[in-house]
Amino acid sequence: MSNPSNLKYTASHEWVKSEADGTISIGITEHAQELLGDMVFVEAPAVGRKLKAKEECTVVESVKAAADVYAPVNGVVTAVNSELDSTPEKINEEPYAAWIFKMKPDNAADVAALLDAKAYQAVVDSEAH
Amino acid sequence: MTLKQTPLNAAHRAMGAKMVDFGGWDMPVNYGSQIDEHHQVRNDCGMFDVSHMRVVDMRGAGVRGFLRYLLANNVDKLTMPGKALYSTMLLDNGGVIDDLIVYFLNEEWFRIVVNAGTADKDIAWMKQQAAQHVPEMVIADHPELAMIAVQGPNARAKVWDALPGSKELTENLIPFSAVEMGTMFIARTGYTGEDGFEIMIPAKSAPMFWATLAEKGVKPIGLGARDTLRLEAGMNLYGQDMDETINPLEAGLAWTVDLKSERDFIGKAALLANPPKRKLVGLVLQDRGVLRGHQQVKTTHGAGEITSGSFSPTLEKSIALARVPKEVQVGDSVQVEIRDKLLNAKVVKYPFARNGKTVCSL
Repeated sequence: MSNPSNLKYTASHEWVKSEADGTISIGITEHAQELLGDMVFVEAPAVGRKLKAKEECTVVESVKAAADVYAPVNGVVTAVNSELDSTPEKINEEPYAAWIFKMKPDNAADVAALLDAKAYQAVVDSEAH
Repeated sequence: MTLKQTPLNAAHRAMGAKMVDFGGWDMPVNYGSQIDEHHQVRNDCGMFDVSHMRVVDMRGAGVRGFLRYLLANNVDKLTMPGKALYSTMLLDNGGVIDDLIVYFLNEEWFRIVVNAGTADKDIAWMKQQAAQHVPEMVIADHPELAMIAVQGPNARAKVWDALPGSKELTENLIPFSAVEMGTMFIARTGYTGEDGFEIMIPAKSAPMFWATLAEKGVKPIGLGARDTLRLEAGMNLYGQDMDETINPLEAGLAWTVDLKSERDFIGKAALLANPPKRKLVGLVLQDRGVLRGHQQVKTTHGAGEITSGSFSPTLEKSIALARVPKEVQVGDSVQVEIRDKLLNAKVVKYPFARNGKTVCSL
């Protein structure tokens, strides 16, 4: 699966989607879910929590391992996807539809400065070698 | 360091396995969904490459007497040729060198299967002990033997289908016993809590047998599901649930240690001198989250630690084995520290699941 070109990415394997209302949705990439395997638990941040870029804010656990998810930019958590409480496997099935939380970024320019699909793919390729 | 490969390495890759470094071996962790593979074994059957495990043969006149001294379980329980026994092998201080299965073939031949990561250490220990007590005995390991485990309620029927002549030979084989079939060795044993066989086969014949099983519809299962299956079945994993610093009485293995007979064995004096203060119990997490090895457990009788933990696909809850003070009882509520939070767990009698079903009380 290729990484959608309409999304932004981080080197720590989050994807970021700009929504029409000025918030951003955050999930983990196809590559990240593939490495982790079957998801069984998601612990999302509390709505209203202020996050700094690169701050650990979510834990996703697969059968194999627990992994941290990091805030892509500075901002405030505005929503969490509670559907993942009962169906964490959505992250495996549709990683780019299964958003984990939404944020209101402090600065829209921070989002624009994240990696594009091509630059993210270069990160994935470099990790493979 | 170059990873060691089993004779089935190419077959795993061709089947789409995700390969990982497993104690120096390049092994399949899964071929897709680990949870699907887990259910496949509980509900139908699947096959595992366990060729990294090592077969060690002991031959000679004094083998039984030697094993009586070497192992914590009593090989005198083995009276019928082909019968197997699970045992630990201990240091003088009672710590566990390894856990193993020993098969009695005849009075001059016992076969032992040991863990991959400990095989060289085990064999060195066996030879050192033998040199002192039965120098004429021959200890020979067989890295040239591959091993394929076929496990699940339909496993035996699938093997019979894939291996002409095997049904007649193994239909009446009772659990925990084995029989030779030409160059193969078929044992009704396993590490999943399901019925099935573990089959030792010369490395050069293994890929063909694996392919035949696949043609008969037996799905390959990775080491990921092997771990959740054995955990649900309440079977210890060496290096996690016990090691050289833990004695078997504190690892849930008292049933494998024969302290009643007059027989002396390595580690016995230490076990008698040091009554256990801790014990292994099962935990089922009541809150949301996943129990993992090394998480701290708080009980009203003091602290404990999780030795193995994961998500149980059969229970659809997180389960664990934990070493806790011996006063802790089944039904007690305990707390587990996970990322600075204290989550509630219940102490249960394990195994958690076997033969396709949950068997512990939740």
